Amino acid sequence: MNTVVYDGSYEGLLSAVFEIYEYKINDACIVKKDEVNGSLFGAVHTVETNEEKSKRVYKKLKDKLTPNALSQLFKTFLSEEKNIENVLYRYIAYTLSSRVSVENNFSHPDVLMLQQTSRKVHREKHRMEAFVRFQLSKDGLYYSLIQPDFNVLPLISNHFEKRYADQRWLIYDSRRKYGLYYDLHKVEEISMQFSENMNDKNALKAIIDEKEELYQRLWQQYFSSVNIAARKNMKLHIQHMPKRYWRWLTEKKG
Amino acid sequence: MSDRIQEKLSILADAAKYDVSCSSSGSDRKNTNKGLGNASNGICHAYTEDGRCVSLLKILLTNHCIFDCAYCVSRKSNDIKRAAFTVQEVVDLTINFYRRNYIEGLFLSSGIFSNADYTMERLIRVAKTLRTEHKFNGYIHLKTIPGASEELMKEAGLWADRLSINVEMPTKKSLALLAPDKKQEDMIKPMQFLKEAIIANKEEKRLFKKAPKFAPAGQSTQMVIGATPETDLEILYLANGFYKKMNMRRVYYSGYVPISNDNRLPAIGTPVPMIRENRLYQADWLLRFYGFNVNEIVDKKNPLLDMDIDPKLGWALRNLNMFPVDINKADYQLIMRIPGIGIQSAKKICDARKFGAVTWEHLKKFGIAVNRARYFINSNKEFETKDLQPMQIKQFILQESQSKYRPNFSPQTKLF
Ligand code: SF4
Repeated sequence: MNTVVYDGSYEGLLSAVFEIYEYKINDACIVKKDEVNGSLFGAVHTVETNEEKSKRVYKKLKDKLTPNALSQLFKTFLSEEKNIENVLYRYIAYTLSSRVSVENNFSHPDVLMLQQTSRKVHREKHRMEAFVRFQLSKDGLYYSLIQPDFNVLPLISNHFEKRYADQRWLIYDSRRKYGLYYDLHKVEEISMQFSENMNDKNALKAIIDEKEELYQRLWQQYFSSVNIAARKNMKLHIQHMPKRYWRWLTEKKG
Repeated sequence: MSDRIQEKLSILADAAKYDVSCSSSGSDRKNTNKGLGNASNGICHAYTEDGRCVSLLKILLTNHCIFDCAYCVSRKSNDIKRAAFTVQEVVDLTINFYRRNYIEGLFLSSGIFSNADYTMERLIRVAKTLRTEHKFNGYIHLKTIPGASEELMKEAGLWADRLSINVEMPTKKSLALLAPDKKQEDMIKPMQFLKEAIIANKEEKRLFKKAPKFAPAGQSTQMVIGATPETDLEILYLANGFYKKMNMRRVYYSGYVPISNDNRLPAIGTPVPMIRENRLYQADWLLRFYGFNVNEIVDKKNPLLDMDIDPKLGWALRNLNMFPVDINKADYQLIMRIPGIGIQSAKKICDARKFGAVTWEHLKKFGIAVNRARYFINSNKEFETKDLQPMQIKQFILQESQSKYRPNFSPQTKLF
């Protein structure tokens, strides 16, 4: 087996695919840089992320895949699941080797895997569009901390930019330690240290807008008032709002 | 001051919650003016402990009402706390909730104070203020007050994404019994009016791109079920008529929650008919997305939906002569009708079979409910379905699905 090491970025992965073809590497196994462990057998090939190379692979894929499949590819990558690089590589190789479109051949294990994984990531994207809760700071910034299961920030950027065009906002992924910041003109990826006790009540008092607590309280009131006790169904409630998200949700903190 | 707002909110949200509509989809209002918000697919931002989607700030402007509908908490004769929001208070709540990503928009309804037009005018003023002064492009659903003038309805449609008029009861007779102040015509007439206005606006938009939108998410309605003795046949035929003749986007079925000791109604403590409500939503789903005719789901011989099994399985068991289906040959339309296979899976099967036969193993990997599908598919070698009677199949499926396929009592369910 030949190990191909890349930097963990999507561009890096596409560059790796390019080089596997370029150097005719057989039996390749793609591994993230910081997941390489000492006991490697066979040759190791390290890939430098290269814009030119990744673009060429991307263009080739764009010719062969529908926009939907192209986006499934990216979403599957964002799942960060173990060994997902090699599923993607096999999928790409299968796509490039076939004259006809294979993206709907769900009997093929990699095609099915891509479809199912991208769906999970898509669900998480949708969840974050729903579960982000902004708090207003004294200087007029709407900020939110999240910890999504998958790396979905790149997928939700567009949605929030369109929706909240007239307010400054920041969505920070405190697990992956980076965020999206919108300054009324454009969205930027930023990395910073945003300590988790920013979500803590006392630390917050100092920085939040004076009306913030009121609206949080009103929202909690609303959330409990719309509940119909005679219809209580906690199982369904938890199925839709899994407990791991509660600490970030204003209405579940009360 | 803020305590008073909180009290009002608790009263007026509580009184609005029996309107089950929560949808915020079907509109395509974009944020083109660098304002606040947009309306597109509709997001559920939270779920209540009863498992229902919270998508909109759903409140009454006031719960003062001059009418006395027996099934309603806000009825005149009910001794409860009353409250009323000002227009500005509703606007502030909506904007501030929206900016924090709590909601998709506003669903505003009201008890009738002084008269229908006066009430309707206030609702419109809220919507207009949001749209014009706050450049708000989020979703707005206004309830149309029965008896409001056509001019006001026209104006409401200019600001709102969706308008709704609740038919309340499945038959005139029940309405007369429980809501003596209301007549079914008072609801059907404005529905007709809205339908025509929406169609006219669509035409206009085809000709002039810039023509103002009119209720782009259409109209919906709701009926209370289980308060009165109607059969599912009567309910589903009425719903079907709304879809076919009124271009209704959605019909909601609200299982009656006992709130009164009135002897015309089920007593307090009677369970909410949640399974029945769920079966009605499943039947409704079959009408809208699965190409079923209403008379395939209920008919004179079977006027009630089966409470044990979903209506699609019920249909299959009454029509065993259509099965087993060959999933490698049958039409998409028929594959969709196989119990255990939904729209997504049917698509997957039809796509995959172009590359080679789809086998039983594939079906399992696709995530299909093979335990129920297997009685209706012939590419299954593991299991002989020959000679099984409908009752036997039903028993087998029920035994296997004790917990797994228990209906989830939610109007948002997609379970088949
Ligand atoms: S008119 Fe509406 S608010 Fe008034 S009692 Fe009847 S249902 Fe309730």
